[in-house]
Amino acid sequence: MSSALKEMTRIEAVTFDLGKEKLRDLSVALHALTPQSNQTSWHILNPRGQHAVAVGVTVPVGIHIDGHVGYYCAGMNDGAVITIEGNAGPGVAENMMSGIVHVKGDASQAAGATAHGGLLIIDGNASARCGISMKGIDIVVKGSVGHMSAFMAQSGNLVILGDAGEALGDSLYEAKIFCAGTPASLGADCEEKTMTDEDRAILAALLERSGAKADVAAFKLYGSARTLYHFHVDNAGAY
Amino acid sequence: MNETSGPHIPRTPPRRSATFDEYSIAEIQRAAATGIYDIRGGGAKRKLPHFDDLLFLGASVSRYPLEGYRERCGTDVVLGTRFAKKPIHLKIPVTIAGMSFGALSGQAKEALGRGATLVGTSTTTGDGGMTPEERGHSQTLVYQYLPSRYGMNLADLRKADAIEVVIGQGAKPGGGGMLLGQKISPRVAQMRNLPEGIDQRSACRHPDWTGPDDLEIKILELRELTNWEKPIYIKVGASRPYYDTALAVKAGADVVVLDGMQGGTAATQEVFIEHVGLPILAAIRPAVRALQDLGLHRKVQLIVSGGIRSGADVAKALALGADAVAIGTAALIAIGDNAPEWESEYQKLGSTAGCYDDWHEGRDPAGITTQDPVLAARLDPVKAGRRLANYLSVLTLEAQAIARACGKSHLHNLEPEDLVALTIEAAAMAQVPLAGTEWIPGKTGI
Repeated sequence: MSSALKEMTRIEAVTFDLGKEKLRDLSVALHALTPQSNQTSWHILNPRGQHAVAVGVTVPVGIHIDGHVGYYCAGMNDGAVITIEGNAGPGVAENMMSGIVHVKGDASQAAGATAHGGLLIIDGNASARCGISMKGIDIVVKGSVGHMSAFMAQSGNLVILGDAGEALGDSLYEAKIFCAGTPASLGADCEEKTMTDEDRAILAALLERSGAKADVAAFKLYGSARTLYHFHVDNAGAY
Repeated sequence: MNETSGPHIPRTPPRRSATFDEYSIAEIQRAAATGIYDIRGGGAKRKLPHFDDLLFLGASVSRYPLEGYRERCGTDVVLGTRFAKKPIHLKIPVTIAGMSFGALSGQAKEALGRGATLVGTSTTTGDGGMTPEERGHSQTLVYQYLPSRYGMNLADLRKADAIEVVIGQGAKPGGGGMLLGQKISPRVAQMRNLPEGIDQRSACRHPDWTGPDDLEIKILELRELTNWEKPIYIKVGASRPYYDTALAVKAGADVVVLDGMQGGTAATQEVFIEHVGLPILAAIRPAVRALQDLGLHRKVQLIVSGGIRSGADVAKALALGADAVAIGTAALIAIGDNAPEWESEYQKLGSTAGCYDDWHEGRDPAGITTQDPVLAARLDPVKAGRRLANYLSVLTLEAQAIARACGKSHLHNLEPEDLVALTIEAAAMAQVPLAGTEWIPGKTGI
């Protein structure tokens, strides 16, 4: 038997209809998965805006959600590849540790909030506070982001193909923001940076991984001016 | 009479202003010199209405007491009975409040875990995540879910015995946290994903929810993430305790934690600590009333904190309707904070034993509120844990002694009827009669 055929026989597709079955049962089933499980492909039907769909998955399975989801879809994801065929409510992929979350529509507030790792791809727009307090995640937004995006962002990369709302990168730490459009304004301690070859390589790789069609040369890089890293009376007006 | 000196004219002695007192003058001078507010650790130090203003009545002709050394007085408490599959069962109703690794040394966190475990109670993480040492030494560990989400990860969330969603704390309701650069050691920086040595700010609001309706959904997520096993606490600083408690219950809390302004912080502006929030005495009865109005008193448990020092304080808090108390400052004192043995070093820091509160500077001679490895090594976590266990035992024994004197076979049987107040203010806040009268200000006629 070829290795490809072995792989095909290992995969067992599971369909879960949230219109008929409970979210609790879905969570129990997903959390029972182990790295040895052959149930590696999940198709979730009729999410109808339910909250906390496919949260806390710790194995590298594929999860395809057919419709719109509410708050915190894919929250704390740690390894799964989750695709949302619709829009996502607030906090999609919040605190993700690893894996991929792909929103085919738009995302509401706080997409990727506080996430430590993984890749969040949003084909549409993301609302306010996209990437707030991000701690290592990579986020690619093919549309625009709302105000206060990357607020207090600590590390990781936020790529925006469109525009950004007011106060982009406010109180930023060491996260990098690549924006091809125009930020309405930059937040406190956020400034435009000179893009290095390393930065360009990071950006190019993220664009490729997320299937985004954009020219690296069209982007500007924003980062922390690091003037607020220590309390000083002369900086009081910046807050 | 000396011809040149003239008649003696009596002079009044120098008089200090009650308004511009010694501390106020020094603070104006300090502010003028630096241009920045004063930051310190600890809770409110001003004189506040407190448990000292209440007295137990004890048994008399109309009540009979329990024998002190023969008749049982229960002390256990179960937390999280509303929704959690695995409520926490503690042997004593005194828990250790949230304090972070970062604010405290690893040795101090270990000591807290050891002491709490010896007497069968819980400890709580803080703003900075869970360390393996802390998990290892705490039989029952509550994992705080804070706005910063420093160190927050799924694996630790599932290792916790309960989850405490922190909305605020008594020392600074409405304020975020700070950890100054001296304490952002390589390990602390790594746990928080921050550059070493910077002055770290923590957000005052959660990043992905804003109000009680959103919080309800956040709690749903936390329960789904943890198989509905863990009790979910909601911690608030005492400011609007009736509505905050009611909304926490509405959002789905198993346990409400209410922290008064005497509750300590690792570092906050002095003006914030002393001028925002309520003393815990004023907050307990409104919170209990909210639970009673919802028919959930004793079903959603109430933990109160902020200035608990003795078994009398524990008993009074429980008599007012709390299910348990939490201690922070007292626990640090028990393991060695502000100990007289370090007096000469406190003086070098411009303080004295009993007053030291510059915890944010990371130079604590006792090795507790520091990340300096030399200072931290001064604290023996085994001996310090034993001291904490001793202290927790004393708190419990004292509370039992009072409860037995009131004829109660369990600490939870204490009730407001057992109390009177020494001041009108305390009577109004605690909603118990002024001693020697039947007058409860705001409730009964004179």
